[in-house]
This record gives sequence, structure tokens and C-alpha cells, in this order.
Amino acid sequence: MTINWFKYSAPSSFYGLAGKLIPWFAWPAGVLFCVGLYIGFFVAPTDAVQSEAYRIIFIHVPASILSMIIYIVMAGYAALGLIFNTRLSSMMATALAPTGALLAFVSLWTGALWGKPTWGAWWVWDARLTSELILLFLYLGFISLQASIDDPRRADRAGALLAIVGSVNVPIIYFSVQWWNTLHQGSTIKLSGTSMHIAMQQAMFAMFMALWLYVIAVVLMRVRSIILERERNTQWVTELKEYQQ
Amino acid sequence: MSKLSPFGLMGLVIVRDLTLAMRRRADVMTILIFFVMVSSLFPLAVGTEADLLRKMAPGVVWVAALLASMLSLSRMFSSDYLDGTLEQMIIVPHSLSMLVLSKIIAHWMLSGLPLVLIAPVLGLQFDMSGQALMILVVTLLLGTPVLSIIGAIGAALTLGLRGGGVLISLLVLPLCIPVLIFGTGAVAQVLDGVSAAANLSLLGALLLMSLLFAPWVTAQALRISLE
Amino acid sequence: MSWADFFVMKGYALYVWGSYGVAIAVFVLEIVLVCHRRKISIHQLRLMRDAKTGI
Repeated sequence: MTINWFKYSAPSSFYGLAGKLIPWFAWPAGVLFCVGLYIGFFVAPTDAVQSEAYRIIFIHVPASILSMIIYIVMAGYAALGLIFNTRLSSMMATALAPTGALLAFVSLWTGALWGKPTWGAWWVWDARLTSELILLFLYLGFISLQASIDDPRRADRAGALLAIVGSVNVPIIYFSVQWWNTLHQGSTIKLSGTSMHIAMQQAMFAMFMALWLYVIAVVLMRVRSIILERERNTQWVTELKEYQQ
Repeated sequence: MSKLSPFGLMGLVIVRDLTLAMRRRADVMTILIFFVMVSSLFPLAVGTEADLLRKMAPGVVWVAALLASMLSLSRMFSSDYLDGTLEQMIIVPHSLSMLVLSKIIAHWMLSGLPLVLIAPVLGLQFDMSGQALMILVVTLLLGTPVLSIIGAIGAALTLGLRGGGVLISLLVLPLCIPVLIFGTGAVAQVLDGVSAAANLSLLGALLLMSLLFAPWVTAQALRISLE
Repeated sequence: MSWADFFVMKGYALYVWGSYGVAIAVFVLEIVLVCHRRKISIHQLRLMRDAKTGI
């Protein structure tokens, strides 16, 4: 039996697969979200230094990490689309961008609200928060560029180039912001003590997994819409249940 | 027809761009005027306390330089694109990266170099010390080419799109933040009495790296935009 | 932790609930927008189909 590894690289077959997969990611995401929040709020103890405000990290940290992972994955898909000329890869990149941008925003918002009670200012020019802000700008640039180009293939390729240039720049930007930050401040955001209570670790892990599964579910949903929009003139679309009502 | 050496071709493109720009001197002047005006806004906005102005100066001048550079980027390829010259440049059997580099050099001579030359005057507005002024000019000399080089990528990606200059700025500004940080950092170090060598060498490194990679990336972006 | 403690969060309620509130609002908004986009795509498909059969 020969395995066709590329069977699902065609939009027509991926559409169905994605549809079937969504519930498998969405429901566990919801469950893990509840589990994570429960452990985070009711099991994990109060922090000695930051009191109850520290509980924000259970949403802030997963959002931050995921916003960065999503950018890399997005750039990866975009690069695949550029190099191999596969439409679906580019569609995935386009589908990932809004979710990544929203998570970057959540990271910044929760970071600010964490900063105020803990360090006294709504915006702490911490190296990581500032890099997160720049990451949000990179996302918005990608989305704006694709939105301004009418031709889908040009939009795919131009966005891919921008995403790749952005990801090469991210380490440079991060380093320069670190440099800038240590000159001006020197303090970085840390929790009291170096070891986290086991319940905090569990809550963090659960929330991270919940958010990751949620992202996959949402992106799969979005890419299905993108496929319908871009493939509307093809034969296989006319055979879909949605088309025939 | 004699075979043109790569440097000969580059010289040709640079001279052509400069000649064309000299016929539209207003374009070059408006950037300078914008630079001066934006810098002057800050003392008006924050007051004339000398200490504050001196501290702000490198940041203000650099941000103004950044914004002024962004304004001129859309013009790097647009006129050639509109009259068909750009397509010819892509077809020609010479390295597109070299042609792009020539255009970037011409662009810098028209938008970056004037800023470098006028910066001391602005620095005096902020009562900057002579040493700080000198370092500021050096950082601008090293940094404005990087702005043109990275900006070229944005200009190439957005060829012919509506949204023009603002869209380019949105794409390019995040990428230029390290230049801003090292440029102003160098002056800040000198103001603190420390050597600015570290920041300056980082700026130099950025210049070298972008010179190596960006023209090629811009060439690819041009091909994508013109297909 | 009692329910009263849960809501007050030792005085940090504004920050904690401000964070989680906005985060959950963002996720809900995203899901709503994605579902809406799907509805619109399908609607446009049907418009196209009707235009074709109308000929």
C-alpha cells in the first residue's frame, strides 16, 4: 500500500479533513481551559510577593509564547508556499495571522494589567513586552499588506517575503531591545523565587495546551473559509453540501 | 555596443536616478523641510528646559530622520514602474540585485545624505554638545543607508498598491527599530561619558548585513510585484 | 479560597478580572468572526450558483 503523503496538500481534500478535525481540537481545548483555570485559581496558592495579581500569568504567558510560535509557523507555511508554489500553504499562513495578532494583543493587555499592580506602571518597557509590541506590528503589517493586494497569488508571495524578512529580524529586534532595556532599566519581569509551586506549573501547562488546541481549531475553521473564497470557481466546490444547500 | 562592467552599470543607474531627481528638486527639498519641521515640533511641545532638550535630542532627530526616510521610499521604484523602465531592468541580463543596489545608493544620496548634513544644525537647536553632535552625525551616516536598504524591500513589495507611503511605513518601521535603538544609544553613551564603540559597531554590523542580503530580497520582491 | 475571596482577589480584582475578561472577550470575538466569515463565504458561493443557474 503506497501512502500518498501529499493527498491533503490539495485544498479540495484538506477542506473535508479540516472540517472533521475541528471538534477534536475544540472540545479538548474547552475542557483543558476549565481545568487550567480551576487549578490556577483554586488549587495554586497565593504568591508571597505578588499576592493574587500573579494569577494573570496563566493567561499572559501562554498567549505570549503562542503568539511567537504562531509567527514562526506562519512564516514557515508562507515560505513553503513561496518555494513550492502550493496554494494551501499560503492559505494557512493567511489563516494564522489574525489569531497570532489577537494573541499578541492579549499578551500586551494582560502584561500591562500585570505590570500596574506589580511594578507600578501601566506600561513597563520590559524587553519582552516591547518585543511583543513589535511582534504585533509585524503581524499587522503582514495582514495589511495582504489586504492591500487584490491578486491572491501576488498577495501570497509578497506576504511570504515579508513574513520571512520579519522572522529573520525578530532575533535582531529582540536582542536590540534587550540591549536598550538593560541600559535604561535592568529589571526584568520574574516571579518571586526561582521555583514555581507545582500547582502553578500544572495550571500553566494546562492553559498553554488549551490555548494551543484552541488556536488549531480556530485556524482550521478560518482556512476552510479561505479555501471556499479562493476556490469558488472549481468543480469540487460545486459538489459540496454547503453549495448544494 | 561595448560590454558594460557591473560597476559601470551601477554608475549609470545612479547618475540616471540623480539626474531625474534633480529635475524634480522639490521632492528632495520637501523631505529636508519635513525633517526640520518635525524636529522643531518637539521643543514646541515639551517646553524649552535645556536639560530636557539635550536628553531628548538624539531621539528626536533620529525619529524625525526615520519618518523623513519613510516618506521618500515610495518614490524609489514607482516612477520606473509607471513608465516601464523597471520591467526592462528585470529582463536585462545583468544582476537585478546590483541594479537595485544602485537605486538604493541613489535614493540614499537624495534622502539620507541631506539629513546627515543638516543634522548638526538641528542638534544646535537642542543645545547638544560638540562631541554628542559628532556622534549623532556618525550614527546617521551609518544608519540612514540601512533605512534606505531595508526600506527598499517595503517599496518593492508595495509597488503600485494604494495606501502608498503609509503602508510602506507600517511594514518597514518595525524592521528599522534596531537601527533607531543603536543610533540613539550611541549618542546616549557619549552623553553619559562612556565610549560609543559598542553601539557604533552594532550599527556597522547592521549596515554590512543589510548590504549583503537586502538587495537580493528586494530583487525577489520586485519580481513578485511585477508578475 | 472562598467565593468571596475569588471575586475580590485581595484587592487586585480589577487587574485579574480585567485581564481574563478581555482575554475571554477576544476569544469569543474571534470565534464569532470566524463563524461569520464562513457564513459569508457560503452565502457568496450560493449567490454565484444562483447567478449561474439563472442564465
